[in-house]
Amino acid sequence: MTQMTHKAIADQVDTSHHPKSFVGKYIWSQDHKVIAIQYSITAIAVGLVALVLSGMMRLQLGFPDQFSFIDPSAYLQFVTMHGMIMVIYLLTALLLGGFGNYLIPLMIGARDMVFPYLNMLSYWTYLLSVIVLLSSFFVTGGATGAGWTLYPPQAISNGTPGADAGIILMLISLTIFIVAFTMGGLNYVTTILQARAKGMTLMRMPLTIWGIFVATILGLLAFPALLVSAIMMMFDKLLGTSFFMPAILSLGETLEYSGGSPILFQHLFWFFGHPEVYIVALPAFGMVSDVIATHARKNIFGYRMMVWAIVAIGGLSFIVWAHHMYVSGMNPYFGFFFATTTLIIAIPTAIKVYNWVLTLWRGNIHLTVPMLFAIGFIFTFTHGGLTGLMLGNVVVDLPLSDTYFVVAHFHMVMGVSPVMVLFAAIYHWFPKVTGRFLNNTLGKFHFWGTFIGTYAIYLPMHYLGFLGVPRRYYAMGTTDFIPESAQALNASITVSAIIVGVIQLTFIANLIWSVFKGKKASSNPWNATTLEWQTPQTPPIHGNWGDSLPVIYRWAYDYSVPNVKEDFIPQNLAPSEVIMMDGQQPYMDENT
Amino acid sequence: MNIFQKLTEKPWLANNLSSDNSLPTLLMEVQSHQRWPAKTALYFFLAVVTVIFLLFTITFLSRSQSSDFQALAGEPWLPFTQANVLWLNTGLLLFASVTLQFSQYFSARQKTHQFLIAIVFSYLFSAAFLSGQYSVWQQLSNNGYYISGNPANSFFYLLTGIHSLHLLGGVIALLRVMLHFRKNVNLSLLSKNIQLCATYWHYLFIVWLFLFALLTRTTETYRAIALFCGF
Repeated sequence: MTQMTHKAIADQVDTSHHPKSFVGKYIWSQDHKVIAIQYSITAIAVGLVALVLSGMMRLQLGFPDQFSFIDPSAYLQFVTMHGMIMVIYLLTALLLGGFGNYLIPLMIGARDMVFPYLNMLSYWTYLLSVIVLLSSFFVTGGATGAGWTLYPPQAISNGTPGADAGIILMLISLTIFIVAFTMGGLNYVTTILQARAKGMTLMRMPLTIWGIFVATILGLLAFPALLVSAIMMMFDKLLGTSFFMPAILSLGETLEYSGGSPILFQHLFWFFGHPEVYIVALPAFGMVSDVIATHARKNIFGYRMMVWAIVAIGGLSFIVWAHHMYVSGMNPYFGFFFATTTLIIAIPTAIKVYNWVLTLWRGNIHLTVPMLFAIGFIFTFTHGGLTGLMLGNVVVDLPLSDTYFVVAHFHMVMGVSPVMVLFAAIYHWFPKVTGRFLNNTLGKFHFWGTFIGTYAIYLPMHYLGFLGVPRRYYAMGTTDFIPESAQALNASITVSAIIVGVIQLTFIANLIWSVFKGKKASSNPWNATTLEWQTPQTPPIHGNWGDSLPVIYRWAYDYSVPNVKEDFIPQNLAPSEVIMMDGQQPYMDENT
Repeated sequence: MNIFQKLTEKPWLANNLSSDNSLPTLLMEVQSHQRWPAKTALYFFLAVVTVIFLLFTITFLSRSQSSDFQALAGEPWLPFTQANVLWLNTGLLLFASVTLQFSQYFSARQKTHQFLIAIVFSYLFSAAFLSGQYSVWQQLSNNGYYISGNPANSFFYLLTGIHSLHLLGGVIALLRVMLHFRKNVNLSLLSKNIQLCATYWHYLFIVWLFLFALLTRTTETYRAIALFCGF
C-alpha cells in the first residue's frame, strides 16, 4: 500500500492469516463466521435464561401465592432481567452480532470484516458484559428490580431490590455492552461501505444488508444516550451527585440528593430506547424480505421503496422517543409533536408491510419452515404495529399506558415479531452455516406451536389491558373494577406461555440434533440469488471465496425472470452465462 | 455519483449492463469507494463521540436551570472567573495536537529523527495536559468544590473526566501504533496511522475548547442559552 492511492479491498489478494490450531480456529478466532456463531450461541443461551425468567413471572401471575420462591422482590428482578436480556443481550446481539457478522461479508462478497481483530475483541467484550450481568443474580441483594427502564430515583433508592450491587452491575454491564457494540458496529458500517465486491453497488445490496447497515448506524448514534445515562446514574449512586436524583425522603430519612431531574433520565433513556426498537426491527425487516422473495420465487415488490423506507424509518426513529413518556406530565404541545411523528413513522412501515404482501401476491409460494415463520411475522407485526398506532395517540395512551395492553402491544411488535424473523432466518441460513437442514417436521411443529401459542398469550392480554389490569404488579389482590374472570384469563395465559416455552426446547433440540444428524444440504438448497449461497464451499471456509472474489452483475432479486430456464439468476452470474429456454434469444439481447 | 443518484438507481433494469456490459465498466462503478477503511471507521467513531458529548451538553443545559445550580464563574471568588490553569492546559493540548501533526509530516517524508522528537513531545504534552487536568481537580476539591457539592461541580468533573478518558484511549492507540513501528519500520505506512491519531487529537482539542467554553460561563449566560434552546 502506498501513501497516496489505496487499493480497493475488492482488488486486494487474499492475505488472511489461516490459523491451524483448534484454539486459533474456534476460540480466539478472527473469522467473521466463527465470531457470528459465538455471538449467536451466547445470545441464545442468555435468551433461554430470560425465557425461564418470563416463565416464573407467568407462574406468579397465573397462580398467585402458589410458589414460595417468588416473592415480590424476586418478581421485580425477573421482570427487569427478562426485559433487559431479551432486548439488548439477545435481540441486539443475535441480529447484529450474530446475523450481521455472518451475512455482511458473505452477502457483499468480501473475505471478512475489514477489522477482524476488532471483531474478535467485540465478541469477547460482549461475553464479558453478559457475565457481569448474570453475576448480578449472585451478589448481595440480588439483581436489580428497577424495571427494564431503570428509572431513577427508585432504581438506586433503598427498598428497590438490588439497589446496591445489582444496579451497579447492570450499569457496568450495559457500559461494557455499548463498548462491544461500538467495536462491532464500526466494523459493520465500514465493511459495508468499503469492502463490497466489484459490481456490488449500494442498490444491488440485498435488503438484509440495508437493514443491518441502517440499524448499525442507529445503534452507533443511539447507544451513546444509554451510555451517558448509565454513567450519570452511576455517579449519582456511587459519588453522591444529583444528576437525576431529586430531594427525596426515603424510609423516613432525608437523603443527601437535591435538585436532580428523573425526567431527564427518561428523555435520555428513550432517546436510546426508541431507536433500539428499530435497531432490532430493521435487520429483521431486511432478513424477512429476503426470505419472502426467495421462498415466493419472486422479486421483492418495490425494492427502492423498501430501501428508502428503511432509511426513512431510521431517520424518523430519532424524533419519536417521547411517546414512551406521555404519562410523565409533559407539555401537551410536546405530546402533540411526538404523536404526530409517531403516526408519520407508520407510513414507511406500512409501505414495507404492503410490499411483503404484494411480493407474495401471485408468487410461487413454497411453504417451507422459513417461509411459514416469515408469513407469521407479517401477521404478528401488523397486529403489534396497529396497536402501536393506537398507543401513539396521547389520549389513548394515557388510560392504557400502565396496563397489560402495553405489554401485549410491545411483545407482539418487538418480542414475537423479531423472534419470528430470527427463527425464519435460522431455518433459512442454517444449511449454509452447517451444510445440513434443520428437521422439517420438528420445524413445522415449532412454527405452529409458537404462532398459535403467542396469540393465545398476547390476545387475551389486550383484553386485560382494556379491563384496566395494571402491569408491573406482583399480585392483583381484589379490586372493584376488575372481574374475577380476569384471573382465569391470567391462568390461561400462563398455561399457554409455559407450553410455548417448552416448544422452544424442541427448537433447541432440533438445532443440536441437526448439526450432527440433519439432512445434508447442497450449497444453494433454496435456489437463492444472493452471494452467500454461491460460495465454493459449504459451509464457507475462512476467506469465503477461494482464490478470486466474486463479480456482481445484477441485483439480488432476479427470481422467475421471463424466458430464463431456471427461476433464479445468481448475482454473480455473467449475462452471457444465463441459460435461456429453448428457442429463445439470449438474455442480453432482450435488454438492448 | 452522489448519494441521491445512487439511491434512485433502478437495479432491476438490466440497462446498466446492456449499454456497456464489458467488465471494465462494471469494475469502475465500485472503485469510487477507495478511502482507507480505518479512516472511515475513525469518522464514524468521531460521530459517536460527538453524540456522547452533545448529550452531556444537553443534560448540562437542562440541569443548569434548576435552582440549586451555581455556576463556577461570574463572581470574583468563583474558581473559573480567572481560569488561568485551564488556559495553560488548553495550550498543552494544543501543543500535543500540533506536535503530533508534525510527527505525521516528518514520518511521511521519511525523516526518522525529527519524527521521533516530535512524537516524544506529543506524548509529553498529552501527559502534561492530563496531569494538568488532574491538578485542576485537586485545586477544586482543596477549595471545597466537591463533586457532589453542586451540579456545576459534578458536571465539571464528569465532562473533563470523560474527555481525559478519551485522550487516554488515544494515547493507548498511539502506543499500539508505536509498538508496531518497533517491529516493522515502515515510515510511510506509519504516517497514515499517525494521521489518524493526529485527526483524533485535533478533534479532542476542539471538544476541549467547547467544554472549556461551556463549563466556565456565568449563571446568566446559561440562562440565556437555555432560553434560546427552549429549556
